[in-house]
Amino acid sequence: MKVAAHEPPKGSSVTVYIMGKAHEVPAEATIMGAIEYAGQQIIRGAGCREGYCGACGTIYRLQGDYRIRTGLACTTLVEDGMTLAQFPFVPAEKAVYDIEKLQPNVSAIQQTYPVVFRCVACNTCTKSCPQGIQVMDYVQAAKRGDIAAVKDLSFYCVSCGLCMLRCPAEITQPLVATLAKRLYGRHLRKESPELAERVQAVEAGAFDAEYAEMMAMSHEALSERYYARDVE
Amino acid sequence: MYPEYMAESLRRVAATRARRLELARKPEPVYPPMDAGARRAVLEGFHPDFKPDARRPVRVGPNRGETLTTEVAHLLESHSWLHAGQVDLARPDHETDLLIIGGGGAGCNAALVAMQEHGVKSLIATKLRLGDANSMMSEGGMQAAVSRTDSPTRHYLDAIGGGHFENKPELVRALTEDAPKVVKWLEDLGVCWDKDEDGSLHVLHGGGTSRKRMLSCRDHIGAMIMRTLMDEVRNHPDMIDIEGFMPAVELIMDREGRCAGAVLYSLDSGEFYVVRAKATLISTGGFGRLHIRGFDTTNHYGATGDGLVMAYRAGAKLMYMDSVQYHPTGAAFPEQIAGFLITEKVRGAGGQPVNKDGELFVFPREPRDIEASAIIRECVQNGGGIETPSGRTGVWLDAPIIDLLHGEGYTAHHFASIHRQFLRYGIDITKDPMLIYPSLHYQNGGIEINERCETNIPGLYVAGEASGGLHGRNRLMGNSVLDYNVFGQRAGRYAGEYVKNVKLAKLTLDHLASFEQEMIEAGVQSDLVTPILLPSYAPEDVKKRRLVGGGTDGLPGTSVLKNRIYAETRERAPE
Repeated sequence: MKVAAHEPPKGSSVTVYIMGKAHEVPAEATIMGAIEYAGQQIIRGAGCREGYCGACGTIYRLQGDYRIRTGLACTTLVEDGMTLAQFPFVPAEKAVYDIEKLQPNVSAIQQTYPVVFRCVACNTCTKSCPQGIQVMDYVQAAKRGDIAAVKDLSFYCVSCGLCMLRCPAEITQPLVATLAKRLYGRHLRKESPELAERVQAVEAGAFDAEYAEMMAMSHEALSERYYARDVE
Repeated sequence: MYPEYMAESLRRVAATRARRLELARKPEPVYPPMDAGARRAVLEGFHPDFKPDARRPVRVGPNRGETLTTEVAHLLESHSWLHAGQVDLARPDHETDLLIIGGGGAGCNAALVAMQEHGVKSLIATKLRLGDANSMMSEGGMQAAVSRTDSPTRHYLDAIGGGHFENKPELVRALTEDAPKVVKWLEDLGVCWDKDEDGSLHVLHGGGTSRKRMLSCRDHIGAMIMRTLMDEVRNHPDMIDIEGFMPAVELIMDREGRCAGAVLYSLDSGEFYVVRAKATLISTGGFGRLHIRGFDTTNHYGATGDGLVMAYRAGAKLMYMDSVQYHPTGAAFPEQIAGFLITEKVRGAGGQPVNKDGELFVFPREPRDIEASAIIRECVQNGGGIETPSGRTGVWLDAPIIDLLHGEGYTAHHFASIHRQFLRYGIDITKDPMLIYPSLHYQNGGIEINERCETNIPGLYVAGEASGGLHGRNRLMGNSVLDYNVFGQRAGRYAGEYVKNVKLAKLTLDHLASFEQEMIEAGVQSDLVTPILLPSYAPEDVKKRRLVGGGTDGLPGTSVLKNRIYAETRERAPE
């Protein structure tokens, strides 16, 4: 039996090899859809199912092609002859730190993830990123201590871990990306002129009277005020 | 790529764009907003909650006799995973001050605040990984009244109007009053808010807002906040334990009626674990993966309403579980992303829903239930929708107009995720509109709480989407991200305070037997075992051919019941 399957798909179908085993699945399926079509209940390897959470990192090869390719199972479409395996977890040690005490420069990188300096600039991380992020560029920025650049370049990282799985220098890129964003938000942001003011006003009770008034209003009175309010 | 037969409609949308752009540049609304009467009419006529079989009375439990969403009533009238003797309550596997069930935004906030303000240790038990939650997926924004033209009380009025004046006022006050402080707190943890040149928080409109109040992190606010919170939680391994792939399946009570922890279930080994906790927080999120009324959903894989079931069996009262939020703009095409969230921020930035002829038919920023109902009406009654090859229907969400309003490159920068998502299928949203239809999005109601996140059960706290009362029967955009932050923190604060003085009595699971008894007395027959934990997407014929659990409803819990009955029969059989 070539294909271990139940009823074949109704429309056009393709054969994919899930962890090496052949399954006939709908030609239009995502990898995640194909795994489920094959009858598996995914426990590790599915999360938000929309490309935000990084739970479903997958590596695959296509027939007659030597390359290892990468993708998120939830957003990558199957292709005929695809052989795939999910990598829902990549071991990586998160540094424990106090964000208040770190400086937003190269010293933070040196203290937390010195492995970054092993980068050999091979660009494998960038080629393996399912989000199309210039991973190597942000690793280089991290080496220079350019925290803002790391933040911008890595903004859409979903921490699937495929880059660190493929990295010959064993760098833990997504952890560096998270650190850089936190450093930027904490130490390099431009202060909002009105935010502190508003927090103080609330604490000083500036809105207490109006809250009390509205909380005591009937539905009808509140409704009247609501529909009469001006809109910016 | 859109199929050939949609080309004519796409041409019409493009043809009306210049005219609609003129409208968008004027200060007046591009389409007249509805008044109270028009809102009521479209809701009652077209919102899925108002279909004849949409609701039914629940026959057991604290809300007995109350009319609930039909699927929710089914969910509540169900059996436990556990039966007598499966766990030894006298010998807990873990003991902790605060047990947090659910590792999303509310849970992480609670753990951090309980630690910071009270030095209280917690255990986060989560069904999948830490951060596997709807919190991670929010795209558009968080409401907070921070700009000078706005005020927390105005935010209050907008939220309570959007909820049709049924929200619990003290909860809405807490939400809107804590908002500015939460913005600051998150920023100090390292969240990168979108800012204007002068450092002011960048604000946009959302549905139902009377001031621009939507803060954002491009279209990745959930990931930005969640990754920051998770990173901080993991910076305190001595104070916060994390147990992944360990969903809770039942709450544990003590002999004096307090909540005293939960029984966890290992998805790896199938074992049950007893956690004894002085206080327990349910932060399990919502129920989108129940696909209520057959709708696609924007929700996370694990959004199966687990917290509702556990709390209900233990005697917690639910509120507004007769209403469901359908996000107005879920993707309707292509098939592979059907139901995916298209953030309301698209409309906040000027995007317009238009029908197959390219004409506006609704004000783009009505509250969600109104906007969704108007889209359904346009398809069902007015014939303004387009059918997809797989039989779905949708209207256009015209996004190309955004770059015309804000300049080229705006969409690619501020909506990079959605832009990329559609490009995978050959659709460039800076050039062509998206086909959209309402998608199951949010559990408006939940376990009733007060402003301290307390329930009617001492020691049981609830925060985030699992809670009920805050949003009435309709939540506004951006108030959910705010909700899990505000109430997650409040839960940590008040539960942290509570654990200092509580002395637990002997633990019990007697409420499970009482609930079973109540079901028998009410004549409820069900083969459903809950919490459901994960939806099954195996094809129907696969389910039928399985050794166990070929239940027609296909929910994974069904197989558990069959296994359990089999095991019990064997136990009773003579040697």
